[in-house]
Order: sequence, then structure tokens, then C-alpha cells
Amino acid sequence: MQNLGLEVLFKGKNMIRLLGGLWVALKISLISVAISIPLGILLGAMMTWKNPIVKAILRIYLEFIRIMPQMVLLFVFYFETTKAFGWDLSGETASIIVFILWGAAEMSDLVRGAFESIPKHQYESAEALGFTRAQTLTYIIIPQTLRRLLPLSINLITRMIKTTSLVLMIGVVEVLKVAQQIIEANRMTSPNAAFGVYLTIFIMYFLACWPISMLARYLEKKWR
Amino acid sequence: MNWTAIADYLPLYEKAAVLTVKLGVLGIFFAIIIGLICAVIQYYHIPVLKTIAGFYIELSRNTPLLIQLFFIYYGLPKVGISISPSVCGVSGLAFLGGSYMAEAFRSGLEAIEPIQTESAYSLGMSRMQTMRYVILPQAFSISVPAFMANVIFLLKETSVFSAVSLMDLMFTAKDLIGLYYKTTECLFLLVVFYLIILLPVSLLGSLLERRLKYAKPGA
Repeated sequence: MQNLGLEVLFKGKNMIRLLGGLWVALKISLISVAISIPLGILLGAMMTWKNPIVKAILRIYLEFIRIMPQMVLLFVFYFETTKAFGWDLSGETASIIVFILWGAAEMSDLVRGAFESIPKHQYESAEALGFTRAQTLTYIIIPQTLRRLLPLSINLITRMIKTTSLVLMIGVVEVLKVAQQIIEANRMTSPNAAFGVYLTIFIMYFLACWPISMLARYLEKKWR
Repeated sequence: MNWTAIADYLPLYEKAAVLTVKLGVLGIFFAIIIGLICAVIQYYHIPVLKTIAGFYIELSRNTPLLIQLFFIYYGLPKVGISISPSVCGVSGLAFLGGSYMAEAFRSGLEAIEPIQTESAYSLGMSRMQTMRYVILPQAFSISVPAFMANVIFLLKETSVFSAVSLMDLMFTAKDLIGLYYKTTECLFLLVVFYLIILLPVSLLGSLLERRLKYAKPGA
């Protein structure tokens, strides 16, 4: 059996450092999710307004954010706004802002889709039964929308966690960066460290995302 | 904005865009094949293979492409599997995309109610005929929106390729910024080129979606 470089993980504090790096990535995604979900719901509700100007502006903004690779958004935000406005932005703050903008755009699209998926006869039947507009929303439309929305927004969380691996590229010290440092430091003693360490990160990300997507799938099945 | 610089950089970006599209299309092609195989395995509930496909789908859906590429490119050579950056990029994209495509196809197949199959059988159609004339046409139109969303998603994901030293758009932009410090121009070109690649695909997607809405049974 070839040396898989797994022994590096048990040297010193390496495993703790890797977990710390993963926590940085998770923290960025959790903060962004916590802010972008309410923001996305707000934007999604605004998309249902009839005002054509608001709608057009929102639409262009959201489509632009959604069509650009997240890496490009990170670069544009990190390098360009710091240059244009002269502020000093840490990589972590920049990535949180970008993920909020992106997450809100994705979320608003999910909200819009969920609202549009409610058939028209639901509104009409409610009206025929004498519900007021507010009652129709609270008792009929919103509960159904939530059921469709919740699994999708939980999925958005895993997408967010997966995307945070990109923050390495704007110099945030997260799990991949820590891995590179560990591999560099142990180059002489265990030249095969890259295999073991990257495999570990692969499994770590899987263990972070898998339970969340299982929950989403469970809810989707239960509430279909 | 320095337009002469932009004119200077343009050929470099063009080359990078061609590479991005080429690798993206190849990766998506293999992803579709993997996706079709997995979807068929899951639809017919083939034992053993079904478990393997399910495991693969979970594994690839719950890990980021960047980590997959790092593992393939830097990890695998340590156990004797050494591949070139472009093969690594394509296989990473296919590994990631296969599961997304499988989910898209499977949801299309599963949306066809059993009554359709049963009716086809009672009309005397064979298994193959049912698949070819009844199930596939309907499943296709149902899975098109998810399929197009996956294509866009995978094209976007190619931006990660720069991490394994492929000279794609992202790499070119980073490289030029490092060399000349013309950040604004480089990033502007980067955004423009990604729009050129992704906008037509996105428009095609929404066009197809609108056209196929009427093909849904009972709509």
C-alpha cells in the first residue's frame, strides 16, 4: 500500500486548523444566508408588483447577478469597489457582501417562482368564499408558498456553503488555504500529504452539506 | 477606461473565451452522458448499480467543484494518477455535472404518471415503443428548464478552472491584472466576455421554457 499522506492530519494541531478553516467558510456562508434570505423574500415580493419601472430595474439587476459566475462577482467587488471608492475591504467582508447580493438574487427568484406556482383558482375560490385580500394571503397563499419555498431555500444554503470555497481566490484564509499551508510545511516529511489532506477536505465539505440537502429532500417529499 | 489597453488585451481574452467554451462544452457533453446513464439506472431500479449511482450523486452534489478539482489535480498524482490540466477540468466538470443532469432527467421521467405507461401497454405497445413514443417526449419537455439551468450553472462553474492553471477567462484576467495593474479594464473585459458566452444560453433557455410550457400534459 502506497503512503497516502494521511499521517499529516494527526500531527500537531493540523486537524484542528483544518476544521478552523472550514469554520471560516461556514461562518461566511451562514452570515450571508441569514441576511440574504429575508432580503430575497423582500425583493421577490417586490417582483410581483405591477410597477413596470421597479420591475425592469430589479429584473436587470437580478439577472445580471445570477448570470455572472460568483468568482467574477467576487473579483469585481473585491478589486474594483476598493479602487473606485477607496475603502479598505478585507477579503472576508467583501465575500460576505457578494454572497448577500448573490443569495438575495437567487432567493428572490425562488420566491417569485413559488408565488407564480400557486394556481389562479386558489385566489378566485378564496374570493368566492368571501375572504378578504389579507385573509387570502395569510390563510391560503402564504402557507402554500412557504411549503414550496422551504426545501428550495434550504438547498440554497448548501449552494452557498459550496460557493464559499471560492473565497480562497481573494485571499481569505479558509480551509483550502490552510490545507496548502499544511502541505507546504510537511513537504519534506510526507510528500504525499496533498492526497490525504485534499481528500479530507472533500469529505468535510460533504459532511457539512449532505445533512442539509437530506433535510431539504425530506421536506420536499413530505410536503409535495 | 483605457481603450487602447482593452484593444491590446482583446485577443488574449478571445483565446481564453474559446478555451472556456471548449472545455465547458466538452464537460457538459460528458455530464449529459453520465446523467442519462444514472437517470436510466434509477428509473428502472437496477439493483447494486442504483446504490452506486445514488452514492455518486450525493457525493458530487454536496461538494464544490473547486475542491473536486484540487483533489483531482493535486491529490491524485500522489497515488500515481497524473493528468493534464484540461483533462482535469473536463473530468471535474463532468463529475459535478453528471449528478445535476441525472436529477434533471430523473425528475422528468418520474413526472410521467404510471397511467401513461399502463395505457400504452394496454394499446399493445412494446416497452421500447412506450419509452420512445410516450414517455421520452413528455419527460424531455418537462426536464428542459432544469436542463438549461444546469448548462448555465456548469458554464459558470468553469470560472473555477483557473485554480488548476488552465488559461481560461478568469486566469487571463488575474494574470493581466498582476502584470499591468489595469484592474478596471481587465475586469470590464472579463464581465463582457462572460456575458457574451452566457447571455445567449440564458435567452435560449427562457425561450425554450416558454415554448414547451404548452407541451405539458393537461395544461
